[in-house]
Amino acid sequence: MSKEGNNIVPTDTIEKEYSTLNLGPTHPATHGIFQNVLKMDGEIIHDAVPTIGYIHRAFEKLAERRPYAQITPITDRLNYCSSPINNFGWHMTVEKLIGADIPKRVQYLRVIIMELARISDHIICNTIIGQDTGATTGFLYLFQFREKVYDIFESICGARLTTNIGRIGGFENEWSAYTWEKINRFLIEFPKALDEFNNLLERNRIFMDRTVNCGPISAEKALAYSFTGPNLRAAGVDYDVRVATPYSSYEDFDFIIPIGSSGDTYDRFMVRSEEMKQSIRIINQAVKNLPSGLSHADLPDFFLPPKEKVYSEMEALIYHFKIVMGETDIPKGEVYHCVEGGNGELGFYLISDGGRTPFRLHFRRPCFIYYQAYPEMIKGSMLSDAILTMSSLNVIAGELDA
Amino acid sequence: MRELLNQIENQLNTKFPGDLLFTELSYDFPVITVKSTAAHKILQFLKEDESFNFHFLTDLTGLQTEDGQNLGVIYHVHNLPKNRRLRVRTFFSIQKPEIETVTDLWLGANWMERETYDFFGVKFLGHPNLVRILNVDEMDIFPLRKEYPLEDQERQDKSDKQFGR
Repeated sequence: MSKEGNNIVPTDTIEKEYSTLNLGPTHPATHGIFQNVLKMDGEIIHDAVPTIGYIHRAFEKLAERRPYAQITPITDRLNYCSSPINNFGWHMTVEKLIGADIPKRVQYLRVIIMELARISDHIICNTIIGQDTGATTGFLYLFQFREKVYDIFESICGARLTTNIGRIGGFENEWSAYTWEKINRFLIEFPKALDEFNNLLERNRIFMDRTVNCGPISAEKALAYSFTGPNLRAAGVDYDVRVATPYSSYEDFDFIIPIGSSGDTYDRFMVRSEEMKQSIRIINQAVKNLPSGLSHADLPDFFLPPKEKVYSEMEALIYHFKIVMGETDIPKGEVYHCVEGGNGELGFYLISDGGRTPFRLHFRRPCFIYYQAYPEMIKGSMLSDAILTMSSLNVIAGELDA
Repeated sequence: MRELLNQIENQLNTKFPGDLLFTELSYDFPVITVKSTAAHKILQFLKEDESFNFHFLTDLTGLQTEDGQNLGVIYHVHNLPKNRRLRVRTFFSIQKPEIETVTDLWLGANWMERETYDFFGVKFLGHPNLVRILNVDEMDIFPLRKEYPLEDQERQDKSDKQFGR
């Protein structure tokens, strides 16, 4: 361009212009289907507008047509990184509605599975934080253990990811010796691997430079945005549903709630990492103190009778038929039950009108609620920090979109 | 729980006479039902009063009553330090589904109210950005209302009435 051309517009009158960048819907770095329309000033994010709902599957409407037992597979697909927690959360909601008495053994077995699920959920989140900062080694190394957790689920219920594990009232069969062997081996091997993984990142200069002060949120803001789970605890609020309103005998176990101070990516990483260690502690206690007895409650109206009895006894056949067709009597009532999911308080708000299906079922999905703070958390930061913030929030598309 | 409910009942009856419709304990969960016009000020009082201190909005969702004539909004609020929960319910006619927003009290109510609008068509007056969130923008129905059945109800090949269909 000629010298004259440059001088047509005087320098101080040039208007500042933002550029628009579409991050998503299918961007490899977002680990899911989210769209964010970013307003960029160079590499600094000025504003972000998230669009969600790409995998909305109308679960709340579907649930209004399904008998209670058939809703469990729907819950699998909420936070699919820790499906068993969702499954048991739903089972416990129904058990609360019908006033079922669940044996201690079932509660302890559930605790073991839920903590394994929490570990697998946190493995995904933490290794992906590492991955997004450029450390692939830890990601590939620790992901083996997620497979081992899924092997345990597979040996109990036959499925790995969307588990549909257990039944209303307990477990469909006793756990095999193979399962216990897998669990015991996991309890020995995993803490070592976790320590090795943490040694790679915890005090790593590059990792800390990237994550400290990246996407911070204050405790006040986190509470105002209804954060729960590890993201709230990283901001310094010690709220954990397992301790606040214990379910499934969590009051029997000795564990601590790790909290952070600044609510940044590093704190979220550290909180999840410590939670995995606490989960191992809980599982060890549950395995050690496991009560003996049946691994299901005495609930003929909801718990399927053994197959050989269905073929030989009239009563068992009737119950089997009633359960499968969803014809059991359900009391009227309005229940809210919450469990500590991988991402925070997973709530089930159930209204029953006594019919075969729920009158209304609402899932309180922690992801959906805290993801709305994302634009505020990334304002003024670099694009690469925004990616890291999203990974450390552990936004799961299934839970976000229901 | 019963104590807390009595306290709330006494306080609300003196501060906002006539706005508290009824109280109950549902599965050990204190529930209050309030008039929709007073919902905002009652929630604000429960949030800002030091003895109640329901400062955390756990959940906000919608509901259509069994007769189909009314819509409701259900708030679950939580006092974290004392670990007390409360459910606040409010109902209004489906003809005029309007209620004041609580986004001025809780930032997190923003998307929860958008979701409720998306599925039930509840208009939250004063909401900063009340547009659909999970469904497509072009949708012209509110899908969780009971008038929109999940399956075609006129199907002839599937009339198995004995199973409740």
